[in-house]
Parts: sequence; structure tokens; C-alpha cells
Amino acid sequence: MGRKLDSTTKVKRGPGRKARKQKGAETELAKFLVNDDEPKKLSSRAKKRAIKRAQVSKVPKQEEKPKKGFSDENNKWLKPAQRKRKIEQSEEEEDSDSQWEEDDDDDEEGLVQQQMEEEDDDDEDMVDDYGAEEQDSDGEELLPIEKAARKQKKQTSLKPESDEEEDDDDDDEDDDEKGDLDEDDDEEEEEDDTVQANIDETEQFKLPGAADRAKEGLLPMDLQTIHQRIKDNVDVLSHFSEKREEGKERSEYISLLCSDLCTYYSYNEFLISKLMDLFPLSELVDFLEANEIQRPVTIRTNTLKTRRRDLAQALINRGVNLDPLGKWTKVGLVIYDSSVPIGATPEYLAGQYMLQGASSFLPVMALSPQEGESVLDMSAAPGGKTTYMAQLMRNTGMIVANDASADRLKSVVGNIHRLGVTNAVICNYDGRQFPKVMGGFDRVLLDAPCSGTGVISKDPGVKTGKDEADILRSAHLQKELLLSAIDSVNADSPTGGYLVYCTCSIMVEENEWVVDYALKKRNVKLVPTGLDFGKEGFTRFKERRFHPTLKLSRRFYPHSHNMDGFFVAKLKKLSNTVPTTPKETENEAESTNMQTAASSEQIQKPESKRQKPASTPEKSNMGKKQKLEKKKSDGPKKAKIAKLDGEASKKSEKPKKQKVKELNGDSTKEVGKEKKKGSQSEKKNKNKTKKLVNKNKKRMGKNRFRKLKSMLGKAK
Amino acid sequence: MRPLTDEETKTMFEKLSKYIGENIKLLIDRPDGTYCFRLHNDRVYYMSEKILKLATNISRDKLVSVGTCFGKFTKTQKFRLHITALDFLAPYAKFKVWVKPGSEQSFLYGNHITKSGLGRITENTAQYQGVVGFGVAAKTTQECRKVDPMSIVVFHQADIGEYIRSEDTLT
Repeated sequence: MGRKLDSTTKVKRGPGRKARKQKGAETELAKFLVNDDEPKKLSSRAKKRAIKRAQVSKVPKQEEKPKKGFSDENNKWLKPAQRKRKIEQSEEEEDSDSQWEEDDDDDEEGLVQQQMEEEDDDDEDMVDDYGAEEQDSDGEELLPIEKAARKQKKQTSLKPESDEEEDDDDDDEDDDEKGDLDEDDDEEEEEDDTVQANIDETEQFKLPGAADRAKEGLLPMDLQTIHQRIKDNVDVLSHFSEKREEGKERSEYISLLCSDLCTYYSYNEFLISKLMDLFPLSELVDFLEANEIQRPVTIRTNTLKTRRRDLAQALINRGVNLDPLGKWTKVGLVIYDSSVPIGATPEYLAGQYMLQGASSFLPVMALSPQEGESVLDMSAAPGGKTTYMAQLMRNTGMIVANDASADRLKSVVGNIHRLGVTNAVICNYDGRQFPKVMGGFDRVLLDAPCSGTGVISKDPGVKTGKDEADILRSAHLQKELLLSAIDSVNADSPTGGYLVYCTCSIMVEENEWVVDYALKKRNVKLVPTGLDFGKEGFTRFKERRFHPTLKLSRRFYPHSHNMDGFFVAKLKKLSNTVPTTPKETENEAESTNMQTAASSEQIQKPESKRQKPASTPEKSNMGKKQKLEKKKSDGPKKAKIAKLDGEASKKSEKPKKQKVKELNGDSTKEVGKEKKKGSQSEKKNKNKTKKLVNKNKKRMGKNRFRKLKSMLGKAK
Repeated sequence: MRPLTDEETKTMFEKLSKYIGENIKLLIDRPDGTYCFRLHNDRVYYMSEKILKLATNISRDKLVSVGTCFGKFTKTQKFRLHITALDFLAPYAKFKVWVKPGSEQSFLYGNHITKSGLGRITENTAQYQGVVGFGVAAKTTQECRKVDPMSIVVFHQADIGEYIRSEDTLT
């Protein structure tokens, strides 16, 4: 410390404390005077400050070179006392940071610093009491850290980069100023200083580059430091053009932020990078913070057995502190605290309420099943949504609650019985088999199994356990399930034809992408969910572009809505036909032909009628539609038939031959598939096809038939 | 899933009548449709016919539960009533026992009810009559008056605490 150099301080270390104190007082006064002299610098600084103030930007960094050497040591000494007046803890943290990070650097000490030290000593005396003096002597213990800091400061100050100097200078300014000038000015400048000091920090992180990181890897950095660094980094990134360090790319800041977030919040890199794509930086930290704490406990009143008012009253009598959940629900209650376990009160046992997350209310509200409808819940465990649907339907109609996991179904059974649901059938199928088992539901709810990135607060294992493959696997399963769900809805239902797809994930791959896929593959459209809050779904994300109606879907986040992360989309099925020809992927060009031919064979066999190759395409189209759906739209079929008639007449024999060849050669698999798929619906549609065929036969004429027959004969 | 055989039906109805007397008919013919009992995996399920139709589509090994489970048949063909049937039987219960609040909690935990917890009791409760809640009256009404406070008055058979205690067995 520069204090040692002061002859005055040495003098102070004379006889007793009191004497010292007195002397110190005197010397303090003297120093006041001295400082008055010193304020030459101050005054110059004041001038500079004035200039700064005059200027808008933070440009005047270079003016404070004379104050370079003003070491952090002084800051450390002085700031605790001084900073009590001012709330800039960040500066302290910076100092601590700088302590940690600057230890490695520098061994230089300059005269400049000594001068600064002197000034610092003065300041110390001014502010601190006699302990300060003692600290001077005892300060040796702290000095090594300060020395190192000093050294680093010197190094940075000596380096051409003006920013650091500026920071040091600013810090120094603070110290100097405190004794003298308006504290308001100081505070302003200190705020600027902290900002610049932030930059300083980030810059300092990167200066050593790889070496520093490696050191960080070895030394466990304390979380405070990391947290501060995250904040500063976000700050820099949000005002990048102003606060960036020269020569440092945005990507470097971002990569540093990424690794810091991973360390601080215990995520794996993959997830953090996904989240960084998803949220702007300011929200990102909020989101991560929100995932650290639990969402409030919420319950849903079972209106089959009680009313919300009565239930609230009963629970309050038991000693539960609760409130209605929000304007958007009439059955939700949020529990603040409770003297009895909420899952074990007699009311719970009597089935008067159900413990359920607030976000789980939403898909059922969106679906809004009516009384007397038949509803399918494809992924029902543990049964919260199923029972909510039952209570909305007042135990009328019918609910099929399905889940692929037999273990989890037990909870569904329990909940259904407990809540007094009588119209439920519970089964244990893989959801993808569903259209075959049963179809023609009025409404379907699919709460698809997902990666769980929206419920990290409930399951912190998601933070590190998920990677690219998991997400894609989930997405694949969800697409299959969604298609099955769509196929289980009856589009011609008088009251319904709706499907709600929801997940407790915030990943675009599992949400918008899946819905977009379904829009392409089936005759469905998105409709408003009826939920008036929540963020709209994305219509584009990175390189992907989704259908514009995706903005009718809704996203919910823990940090903005205080409920688990959720995605809800409501679809309406337009028709029961499956648009397969134009939009299929991969093999389609050939396989469509094969399928048409195959299905034509298939249909021909049961019908056992005279076959006309021209009619086969018609049948094939019908067969395709038969695959998964029961009903048909006659209009498009007839149109297609008419088309095909025209085509058949125009076509030469050769393509037909080819078709036939393909038939014979490759169609066995297709036939097999189509037979299975078409079996149920096929029977129903036989009559229709027969009728149509009859009509078409009349149109076709025998000559063509003979021709084709002969072709077939030739081909074989 | 199959309909109950005569024997099973008899056994079950006997048990039910202990609790609700002759009101069993009311269970079958309800204003909103006919209900029926079906047996599946040794359990008796109570459901409306509409649900029955739908449930037949589901294959036997995949079907977990239909409507409400009333109880199950043990290996020795005795019928054991489940708490899940409470909602249906309660309106028709013949014999009721009023219990004090403290005793109610203890009943929930699975204990029998002692006289000290007894508030009121329906007149003419015969011994071993079913009491909805569920319990079996251990003593007749008269005897209840006589006995000392600690003796057991109602045997515990089923209570809603089972929803938590034996969640697994409900399936």
C-alpha cells in the first residue's frame, strides 16, 4: 500500500492509540489540506468529468491515464466503508472477481501506483477510523491479494487498452471523489464506472483467452462470481455495440455465457444452446431462475362432488392457506401453505379435489368436451385431465382413458374412482394402435409424452439428461401419436371433431414442428384454443417455416405465467379422408402406383367382379382412403373417377403394362399392409365401391375392358 | 368381461343387501339408463350399458377398468366390497352410524370404531349389519348401549383412506 510511504503514517505509529488518534486527526486534517492540493488532479478530473458529462457517450476514457495506478487495493480498503454509503455491491464483486482472476497476473509496480496509494491512504484515513491505520500495518496480510490486484491493474493500465485504465481510473475517481465532490456525481459516474468495469471484467475474462479458461477449469470458481459474470455478460450482449470489447466477437461472449450458464444452473450444453435459441437473453435468465424454484401447488375442485366455495371453506377450516387460482378458471385454487398434508385431507379422500398443475387445466379447457360426447384421452396417466373432462361432461357420455404404461394406469383407476367418475373406460394400449381398436370419437386429447423441458422445476434431471437424440425420438413418437389421434376423431361428429395436442415441453421440435407435420399429412386445421393468455406459437424458428396458423397455438412459460412450461394446440378435423397421394414422402412416386394397383387387386378380390384396369385406379383411391378412415367423401372420388376415366382412355397400353408388372412384382407387401389396414373399413366400404364400380363399369364400356384384359394377358 | 353368473350374483347381492337392503333394484334401473354389473379379472364393475358397448371393443388383456369397480371376488368366491362403491351405496344405506370427528379420523386410518367415538346409531341395527362407511356393526343397537366405551362397535371394512393406503390394489 502506498500508505507505507507516507511519513505521516509512520509518525502516527508512535505511542498510544489515543495519541495516534489525535495525531491521526491532525494528520487527517492535514491530509484534507493535502487533498485540497491533490484535487488538482481531482479538479482536473473534475474537469474531465465535466467534459464527460457534457459528452453523451462513454468515450472519454483516455483522459484518466494519470490516475492509472489507483489500485484496487484502495478500493478494497475504502469501499467497504464507503460503499456502505453507496450500494454498488457489484463493484465489490468486481473487486473480488478481480482478486480471483487477477491473481495470476503481473508483477509490476509503478510509481504511479505509489502515488495513487498515497492518495488512497489519505482517503482511508479520511473515511476509516483508526482501524485504518492499523490496517495499514496489518494490511500486509491482505496486501498480497491487493498486490496481485494492483499488479494486474498496473498491467492492464499499462496496456494500451484504454478501457481498463478507464475502469481503474474510474474506481480511483470514486475513491478520490468521495471525500470531496458531490456524491451524486460520484454515483452517476460510479454507475458508469460499474458499467465500464463490467466490460472490464468481461474483457479481462477473455484477455488471457484459453489459458484463463483452463485455469478456471482447474480452480472451481465460486458461484457468486459466475453469477455476476453472467449478469455482466448479458448486459454487454444486450448493448453490444456500445459495450463490446474491441476485437472480441459476439460469439465469444455467447460461448462464455453458455458455459457459465451451464455451470451455474447445472445444465448440459445442448439444452442451454437450445434455450438460447428459444429465448432472448433477458428472458433466458428469468427462465432459468424460474426453473430453480417450484411452481405453487394448485388443486382443482371436483364439481361432481362439491363447489369451489365450499371446498375452500372446508380447507381453510383445516388450516390451509389458499386463493382462487385466477380469472381464467372457476375450479382452480392455489395453495400457499398448509398445516395438513394437502394430499391426505379427508376432503381429498372424499374426492372433492385433485392435485393438479395449473398448466394441466389448459388443454381440457381448450378441448371443452360437451355432455354426451365420446372422448378419448390417449395418454391419460395420472388421470387429472381425464377426471376434469369427466366433470365437465357431468359424468355423461363416455371417456376412454388410455395409457401405454400399465403401472401408471393404476393411478388413473384410483383417481377415477376417488373422484366419482362413472363414465370412464380405462385401457392399456399403445396410443398408436388406437384407430384400429376404436375410432369415431367426438373429441380427442393427446397429452403426448415429451422431453419435459417445461417441467424442469419438478424434475431437475432433465437439465442434464436430455440431448438431441432424445428430443428427436420424442418428436417422432409424438408425430405418430398425433396422426393416430387425428385418425381416431370423427370429422363428421355433430358436436365435435376436435383434437387437442399438448405437451409439457417448450422445444419447437416437439411442438410446432409436430403440429405442422400433422397439418401436412391430414385434413385438419388449427383453430383458436379459447385460451386468451399465453404466448403465441412460433410460425418460424431458425431455418424452419411453419404454417401461419401455428400462431393460434399457445405457449406457456414458468417465468412469465408462473405455471409449468406448456404448449397447447387445438385442431379441427375437416374430413375423414386421408390425403395420401400428393403429400407422401420417400417412396411415394412408385409406391403410390403400387399401392393403387395393390389396393385395386385387393378390392377386386373381395368384390370378385369383372375388372377394368381403368377402374382400378378408382378403386385404388378408394382403397387408400379406406386405410384408416371409415367414411368417404363421394364428391372428390367421383371427380377422381372421372379423371381416371379420361386418363385411362388416353393412356397407352404400355404404362398399364408397367403398372401391371409392378403389381405382380412388388405389390405383395403393399397388399398385405393394405389388407390389414383396410380390413375394417373395407367391409363397410365394399358396398359403396361396388355401387361406384357398377356405375363406372357402365361408363367404361366393354371394349376397353377387353383391351386391358388382353394387355394383362400379354404382360403375364 | 362377462356377465356375472347366478352364483356370483347371489353372493354379491347378499353382501350388498347387508348395506342397502332391498334397494338393489335402484342400482340397476336408474333414470339415466340401465346399469349392469360385469365381471372382469375377478372384479365386479358397475357401468351403464352405453359404456358396456364401447368397452367390448377393447381386448380383454388391455382392459383395465370400466365404470366403477364395486368389489372383487376372492379365490374362495367370497365377495369383498370396495370403498369405490361408496358413492352408489351411500344414498341407499339402511344403517348409519354417526361418529365423532376424532373417531372419524381414526376410522380413516383403518381402525375400528369404539363406542367412545359413537354419536348416534340407527335404531335396530342388527349385529353384523353392514354400515356404510364401511363397517360392520359389531353389536346390536341395544348392546351398544350397554357395553363399555372401549369396546369395538363397528368393524372397519373399508374407508376412503384406502385410496391412499392401497392404491395399487384398487386396480
